[in-house]
Amino acid sequence: MCLGVPMQVINVSDETIIAEIDGVRCEASLLMLSEPVTVGAYVLVHAGFAIARIDADEAEETLRLMREAFGGEGSA
Amino acid sequence: MRFQEEYCDPDLVQGLAAALDREAADLIAPLRLMEVCGTHTMAIARFGLKSLLPSQIRLVSGPGCPVCVTPVGYLDHALALAADPVNLLTTFGDLLRVPGSVSTLMEQRACGADVRVVWSALDAVALAARHPDRRVIFLGVGFETTAPTVAAAILQAEQQGLDNFFVLTSHKTMPQAMMLLASDPQLQISGYLCPAHVSAVIGGNAYLPLVERQQVPCVVTGFEAADLMQGILLLVRQHREKQVRVEIQYRRAVTWQGNQRAQQLLEQVFEPCDAPWRGLGVIADSGLRLRGRYGRFDAACQLPLTLPTPREPDGCRCGQVLTGRIDPKDCPLFGTVCQPETPVGACMVSSEGSCAAVWRYGIQ
Repeated sequence: MCLGVPMQVINVSDETIIAEIDGVRCEASLLMLSEPVTVGAYVLVHAGFAIARIDADEAEETLRLMREAFGGEGSA
Repeated sequence: MRFQEEYCDPDLVQGLAAALDREAADLIAPLRLMEVCGTHTMAIARFGLKSLLPSQIRLVSGPGCPVCVTPVGYLDHALALAADPVNLLTTFGDLLRVPGSVSTLMEQRACGADVRVVWSALDAVALAARHPDRRVIFLGVGFETTAPTVAAAILQAEQQGLDNFFVLTSHKTMPQAMMLLASDPQLQISGYLCPAHVSAVIGGNAYLPLVERQQVPCVVTGFEAADLMQGILLLVRQHREKQVRVEIQYRRAVTWQGNQRAQQLLEQVFEPCDAPWRGLGVIADSGLRLRGRYGRFDAACQLPLTLPTPREPDGCRCGQVLTGRIDPKDCPLFGTVCQPETPVGACMVSSEGSCAAVWRYGIQ
């Protein structure tokens, strides 16, 4: 029920998007997002609604902090 | 996929595990860290994270599965509504097999009741528009992540002038339950891994009162293996530094303010109310009910029923599992009479339940 899934936006219309993960596509409402989304962006989809945009800069920063925590280099 | 795979990178997870080992080594007392999100419960079990943790750190599951904390009486109400052939019940899939006092929605459906699984509350509104001769009732169960989607559906039904769409609500809000559990000396919670998607809606600031009043460290944590390990590490560091604060590990999706559009939807359609939680009893202001203006969509008011006193299944210890008092394996029914095919309690039914997680991924 609280199962939100990060998905990539592949089509945007007025109030809905089509989002995809691992080849699975679904429609999601944009009624819960105040900022516009564009094709290629990543969003969290929960119960048929996009509930948050995934911020690429913050995502990179999190990975950087993780590696810093143990002094690792890692890849990605 | 991007934003998923890189956070499951084994080298990254092992690196964080090594950092945890180092930093937890000189902790004065062991830590009991509670996750209150069904997806965290499943992710911790699926990734086998407990086996990577030092012995000073114990993870316990709290009431993070919305289906599991829904009282039997709610199910009984839904089952009674399903018995009327005019009613068309719509629900997310996880409620179907949860036992009420005498039956489940799935059994009712097998006996001819019209119970349909929907992907979104908006699908239920569309069904109401297509079936003006039926009463379409959506089972509104879920935390702050789900409740705004139901609010949006109600507004849409209002806009379309539908008079045959109803919601049987049992929505709950998480911080009040976390406050209650943190104040229980028996549980000794030393930190919370705060729920990710709930926090995407309510924002990191929502945990500030919890931190101030209960002095319990809070870290909003994501769902991938490295997210969880980093969230645990941040909690350990707060203890080492004798700090108590809210931190957001899941920064790529959660902000301090949260999703204000979703908060507006919640505020417009719902108001706080006292709510019964299975295992925790009634918690003040921990539920959401429809505001008077939207009362015509409220199934509990518009379609009242007299129901017998709900009956909890004999021997079921879901209540203690839900509050972290016992592990699923400590319940005498676990794995014997209570299995996913023949569940006795909701914690074994739901895809987010603690018992289902242990059954599926084993005891670590």
